[in-house]
Amino acid sequence: MANYSTNEFKSGLKVMLDGEPCSILDNEYVKPGKGQAFSRVKLRNLRNGRVWERTFKSGESLEGADVMEYDMEYLYTDGEFWHFMATDGSFEQHGASEEALGETVKWLKEQETYVVTLFNGAILTVAPPNFVELEVTETDPGLKGDTAQGGSKPATLQTGAVVRVPLFINIGEKLRIDTRSGEYVSRA
Amino acid sequence: MLKPSELEWRPSANRQTLQARQQLMQQIRTFFVERDVLEVETPILNQAPVSDPNIEPLQVMGQGYLHTSPEYAMKRLLCDGIGDIFQICKVFRSGEAGRRHNPEFSMLEWYRVGWNHHHLMVEVAELARVLLAAPEAPIAIFSYREAGQHHAGLDVMTASDAEVAACGISCAGQDLQLDRDGWLDVIVSHQVELALPADTLVFLHDFPATQAALAQVRQTERGPVAERFELFYNGMELANGYHELTDAAEQRQRFEREANGRPLDERLLAAMAESGLPECAGVAMGLDRILMHRLELDTIQSAISFDASRA
Repeated sequence: MANYSTNEFKSGLKVMLDGEPCSILDNEYVKPGKGQAFSRVKLRNLRNGRVWERTFKSGESLEGADVMEYDMEYLYTDGEFWHFMATDGSFEQHGASEEALGETVKWLKEQETYVVTLFNGAILTVAPPNFVELEVTETDPGLKGDTAQGGSKPATLQTGAVVRVPLFINIGEKLRIDTRSGEYVSRA
Repeated sequence: MLKPSELEWRPSANRQTLQARQQLMQQIRTFFVERDVLEVETPILNQAPVSDPNIEPLQVMGQGYLHTSPEYAMKRLLCDGIGDIFQICKVFRSGEAGRRHNPEFSMLEWYRVGWNHHHLMVEVAELARVLLAAPEAPIAIFSYREAGQHHAGLDVMTASDAEVAACGISCAGQDLQLDRDGWLDVIVSHQVELALPADTLVFLHDFPATQAALAQVRQTERGPVAERFELFYNGMELANGYHELTDAAEQRQRFEREANGRPLDERLLAAMAESGLPECAGVAMGLDRILMHRLELDTIQSAISFDASRA
């Protein structure tokens, strides 16, 4: 992969740092009037999402990271891998490990489209759409007037995820869930 | 109606900003006329480049170098006995680009004969209050050493190279294999600058002797210090001032030590050796950055009519 020097660093550039694929969030040129020039860089480790702040000497370079993002449809799981297919007409399939899937496993629905990040051709992370529609598979019937728990109750969704929902929600109903907060938004 | 165009031909500063620039220039001229300081223009294109290894001059094929500051020519004028002088000009520094850097920027530089750097700091503060449109801005003066102790827990006069490096490495997040001055630059720019009091004209003075540039070096009980000062305002370096070195032999030695193959400015050295640079203090101030603060602009590009990317 090509090397990029600090004056080529910009938001979104994918580089390797300490053996990890990272995305540059910000690059600040720092130079005292009579001193050396530096690049203060904020990077997101694409594997674990953590943000790193590192300073480099101006002109230093980092290796580019082979990172690509694709929209992919979720197909199925064989218990070990979760399989996705590219939606660009190439029919390319990739399998995500449990580690790569992370929290997104709670929002996996067949034929739904996810943003899959590939690193060196293998799935690094899977991001869900901001909202997903999921069916309630288990919940207690909500007793009218029961505000003991603040007007909400837990409900299990088709993926196994548990969210708090209003008392009037019943089994079989389709709900709109915000995947970023994990919260019930409305009936679908 | 904006036509979609691949070339960014529009200016990077709006009319309001350019009007404020005009006001700034007028205020500077009024300030110095009142004080009998003569305005001069010296060549931007020079036969000799700057000697500072940390600044990269732009070279014009076969014709010389663009100045990175008008210092050398202004000092020749001083050697000729011109008296107090100031200059507003564009200066050029290769490769310096960022939110606070444009390779071409506007500098105000002035020299006061017979003054030392403390005297000049007072005048810098007076002018800064006018130009920043902050007439009540408080002033704080710290030695480089105090600032290091206070904000980085480091006594730059007594700390070992290893201690300085350790502090620098924690600021940078990694080992950049720098020398002592390099690490001090990291520490000041990453930690100290950001911790200085807000909305205050902060002067740091008495720099480590290794960062003397063209300033005089004075012996203190703790070791030598460079008679230099820098003005900071809300985390940004605005000016660099010196009690100027007048010793011609010492100046030649410093140039030779740092030149790294670049030709020396022999005319300046001749002026200093044959006529002598009078005792004086000089300062260089970045006007685009002053404007950034005055108008609360986020980037230096929006203070300049056409920044480097669209010049």
